[in-house]
Amino acid sequence: MKWLYLAGIVGGTVCSDLLQSHGMRQGNGRAWKLPLAVGFMAVSFFSFTQLLRIAPLSFAVPASAASIAFDTVLAGFILKERIEFRRWAGAILVAGGVILLAQ
Amino acid sequence: MRLRVWLLTFVVVVANVGGNAILGYAMKQAPVEAGVIGSILQPLAMVGIAVLIAWMLLRMRLLGLADLSFVVPVTAVGYVLSALAGVFWLHESVPLRGWIGTVIIMAGATLTGLTEHNPDSENRPVEVLAHSGEDRPR
Repeated sequence: MKWLYLAGIVGGTVCSDLLQSHGMRQGNGRAWKLPLAVGFMAVSFFSFTQLLRIAPLSFAVPASAASIAFDTVLAGFILKERIEFRRWAGAILVAGGVILLAQ
Repeated sequence: MRLRVWLLTFVVVVANVGGNAILGYAMKQAPVEAGVIGSILQPLAMVGIAVLIAWMLLRMRLLGLADLSFVVPVTAVGYVLSALAGVFWLHESVPLRGWIGTVIIMAGATLTGLTEHNPDSENRPVEVLAHSGEDRPR
């Protein structure tokens, strides 16, 4: 169950970030993207509170940083941002840290 | 650096770690039968949520006073300090692998954040720049 909640946190945060970023940059679609982003933010927050019920704080907070790695990858593929080497390196470090926590 | 920035930085870090720790403690105390809404409507959970909202607003204020390259590592330190709060306040046990993972996450978050100095320039997609009527990056 804790992985489901973590997926809710990471998925909600990433969807919210992508929608906010795209919505704020592009006037077209802002009206629906930003409210939808707030909805995903709520999903992420509720998932975080529920994860805290069943998992240690020392796991929940660092593991939620996995969204940074997904944000970076999807910013490149969906938002067509140019991702520099240091950002990839940072995302890989975060992913590696989360994998260590998960074991 | 000005004293005001250091004080605000201290408050931001304390609010981040404190909010997470209070919320974590409150959620562990929630009765099993309390649902999603019921669990966050406990008084202590609402205090934790209020502290986290204050953290978010204070961090925005700090971003207005200090460089992103200063604020981002401060935020990333919160991952390690939250784990420490879990150990010392909530009596959690973290294996060595967990500490190594947490420190690696902090380093990765810092490295990723430090590359976001100038979001308005070269990283913006060309079609977005064209749509917004702005000049192309020089």
